[in-house]
Amino acid sequence: MKYWRVPLDVDEIQVTRGIVHIVEERCKGCGYCIAYCPRDVLEMSSKYNVKGYHPPVVKKPEACVNCHYCETICPDFAIYSVEAPPQEGDDGKHSASC
Amino acid sequence: MDKLKARSDHPLDALLRTDRIPHIWCSGCGIGTVFASCLVAMQTSGIDLNKTAMVSGIGCSGRGAGYIKLDSYHTTHGRAIPFATGMKLANPELNVVVFSGDGDLFAIGGNHFIHAARRNVELTVICVNNLNYGMTGGQAAATTPCMAKTPTTPLGNPETPFNLPLLAYASGASYVARWTILHTRDLTKSIEEALTRRGFSFIEVLAPCPTGYGRRNKEKPLDSLRLYQERTVIKNGADPSDVILDYQQGITLGKFIDHERPTFLDSYDKTCRINF
Ligand SMILES: Cc1ncc(C[n+]2csc(CCOP(=O)(O)OP(=O)(O)O)c2C)c(N)n1
Ligand code: SF4
Ligand code: SF4
Ligand code: SF4
Ligand SMILES: [Mg+2]
Repeated sequence: MKYWRVPLDVDEIQVTRGIVHIVEERCKGCGYCIAYCPRDVLEMSSKYNVKGYHPPVVKKPEACVNCHYCETICPDFAIYSVEAPPQEGDDGKHSASC
Repeated sequence: MDKLKARSDHPLDALLRTDRIPHIWCSGCGIGTVFASCLVAMQTSGIDLNKTAMVSGIGCSGRGAGYIKLDSYHTTHGRAIPFATGMKLANPELNVVVFSGDGDLFAIGGNHFIHAARRNVELTVICVNNLNYGMTGGQAAATTPCMAKTPTTPLGNPETPFNLPLLAYASGASYVARWTILHTRDLTKSIEEALTRRGFSFIEVLAPCPTGYGRRNKEKPLDSLRLYQERTVIKNGADPSDVILDYQQGITLGKFIDHERPTFLDSYDKTCRINF
C-alpha cells in the first residue's frame, strides 16, 4: 500500500493476515470481488468452472488482510476469508512497503 | 492458497439451504449480496433464529425465502406483507422479516406496504430495488427511473418513480434507510438495527439487475457498482423529502428515520384487549 507519508508507528501496527478460500463451483464470474478487493489480491482465472464461468484465483496471497470485503460483496456465497495463523518468524508487523 | 474448500465451510452455510445453491440469480445480480447481508445481520444481531421467519412475495428477489434455512414462506405476488402481518399478530414472539422486490412491494403490493407502515406493524421489510420487474423480463416498475428503457417503455419511461424512503416515512414507518450492495458494512449494520427495533422498519437496497435493466440501459454489473461508488452521498438523518435517487444529481444513502412509536399490537392491546 502507498502512504502519503509513512505513519510514525508503522512498526508497531499489527496487520491481520488472511487466507482467502474460493468455492469455485458456486462462482458466476461477476468479478466484484476482484474489482473491489482493497489489496488487489485476486485476479480472474483463465479456467472455467462447471457452470462455464471464470472464478477468481489468488494472485497475491501474502497481501490479504482478512477484511472480508470479497466475502460480503459476493452475490454467490463463493468466496470467504479466514484469519491466517501467525507464521514462524512473523511477529504480525508489516513494513510500509508491504 | 485458494484451496477448493468443501461447500459446508462458507460462514453462511449454516443459514443456507445449500442443496439449492448455486441459486437461480444471474451473474452479477445484486440480490445475492443483499441476501447474504441479511443472513449476516441475522447471525450478529443476537435475535433468536428459532423464532425468526422470512416471508417473500414473487419475483427474483422473492426467491429469497426459498434459500434460507429457517422457517420461511414464499407467498403470492404482492402479498408478502399481509402474510407476514398475520404471522406476527398470531405469534407476537416471532421476528418476521420480509425480503422482496420493488415490483412486489410497491407496485402490486403498494397498498399493503403503506397500511402496514401506517399501523406500525412490527416487521423488518427489506426491498431489493433493481428498478424493474426482473423476473418477467425487465418491464417498467413503480421505481423505474424517468427515461429508462424497458420493454414496456421502449421510448424511455415517461413516468416519475416513487421515492421509497419518503413513501415509507410518510406512511408511518419507524425505521427507514437506503443503501446499495456496494455498502455492505453499512447495510448489514442497518439490517441488524432494524431487526432489533420495535415497529415497522424499512430498508431499500439498490442492486443491479444486469439481465433485465442493465442490458437495455447500457449498464454492465461493474458499471452499476461504479455508479453506487461515485454518485452516492451518505447523509444519515437526512429529511426523507430531501433524499434523492438520480444518477445525474446523486443518490442519497443513509439511515434517515429511527424513531420509536407505539406498534400496532401495543395500540390494539391497549384499546381492544385490556379493557375487557
Ligand atoms: C398476480 C400476479 N401478477 C403478475 C405476476 C407476474 N410477475 C411475476 S414476478 C413480477 C414482478 C417482480 O418484480 P420485483 O418484485 O421487482 O422482483 P425482481 O424480479 O425484480 O427481483 C411479476 C409482475 C404474477 N406472478 N402474479
Ligand atoms: S479478505 Fe479483503 S484483502 Fe483478502 S482477498 Fe478478500 S477483499 Fe481482498
Ligand atoms: S464475487 Fe463471487 S461470484 Fe463474483 S467473481 Fe467473485 S467469487 Fe465469483
Ligand atoms: S433477471 Fe435480474 S433480478 Fe432476476 S436474477 Fe437475473 S439479474 Fe437478478
Ligand atoms: Mg425488481
